[in-house]
Amino acid sequence: MAKTLTQEFVKGLWAEIPPFRLVLGLCPILAVSKTVENAVGMGIAVIFVLVCSNILVAALRKIIPSKVRIACFIIVIATFVIVVELLMQAYTYPLFLKLGIFIPLIVVNCIPLGRAEAFAYKNGIAASAADGLGLGIGYAMSLTVLSSIREVFGNGTFLGATVFGPSFQPFKFMVEAPGAFVCLGLMLCIMNAMGKK
Amino acid sequence: MGEYVQMIIGFILVNNILLMQYLGNCPFLGTSKRMETAVGMAMAVVFVLVLAGVITWVTEMYLLKPLGLEYLRTMSFIVVIAALVQFVEMFLKKSVPALYTGLGIYLPLITTNCAVLGVCLININEEYNFLQTIVSSFGYSTGFGFALILFAGVRERILLARVPKALQDTSIGLVTAGMLSLAFFGFKGMI
Repeated sequence: MAKTLTQEFVKGLWAEIPPFRLVLGLCPILAVSKTVENAVGMGIAVIFVLVCSNILVAALRKIIPSKVRIACFIIVIATFVIVVELLMQAYTYPLFLKLGIFIPLIVVNCIPLGRAEAFAYKNGIAASAADGLGLGIGYAMSLTVLSSIREVFGNGTFLGATVFGPSFQPFKFMVEAPGAFVCLGLMLCIMNAMGKK
Repeated sequence: MGEYVQMIIGFILVNNILLMQYLGNCPFLGTSKRMETAVGMAMAVVFVLVLAGVITWVTEMYLLKPLGLEYLRTMSFIVVIAALVQFVEMFLKKSVPALYTGLGIYLPLITTNCAVLGVCLININEEYNFLQTIVSSFGYSTGFGFALILFAGVRERILLARVPKALQDTSIGLVTAGMLSLAFFGFKGMI
């Protein structure tokens, strides 16, 4: 049992890492990866929502009738999104303002809904929690990597600290919208090249 | 009147929801492989988004605000949108079968299109009045459709090109979207 739990956890980190392998949840990836700080905050919010909704859906899977399951999943996910939203508003207000509309939009970010449908509805609580944690961390990791690239080259900083000397001319393209698309596309290309063995 | 025209142009070109605000990218990449599906999706989004914008605005102003339940906004909006999509689907099936066969399969997908919920939330956050809500919902959704159809046109051409194996499909799609976004960047500062 312990081994399978680890497997469920690990697969989210590489084999099924959400934005690249499953191509889900792209909008927040593009929007909040301008700075590393935003990306980490968003990553933590997604991990929380994903783990909690997976656990609750798994716990209720025998009660939820299969005909209205999607509506039930959405309500469960929306509940936890509201919890995250209120918590961030209370304790990390500047970050809440920066992420803005993208916190409530976790509801329609396909990852929690996709996992509820594809995994949590068919598996036990422990396995679902491991699955949610693995995919959540995978998501947060890819957000962090993408935002590091964009912040370092686009702004010359990392978590607000200057990386290059004063002569460095920031590559503004990277922090703007076009840079986000191109950068994610190239990362996907690298993942594809590495993944094909 | 001029103010509203300016708003619409702004939403379509300057603040394009797909390329500048990063909303609705999943259907953007998913349905842009063929021109036909792109047109279907674009029409479905315009249709639903205008309705959803109006209904969520009414929900907020006449239900959530008087009762002090603003913290339930996310949940009530998603439920309203899901119900609306279901209702529109049933209505079209019965009364306008021609339109239903055109939009049919794209309608259920719209519930999880973040552009729809996103625009509804933007309308509330920007404190638009009723008329502005209609204009902004229409402007944003037209911008979505415009970018989606443009992108589908480019993508059909890519099918004929020889793309390196690792770059194929979504990867080259994203890079292309970046180029398109760069083109839209030229409109910045127009309004």
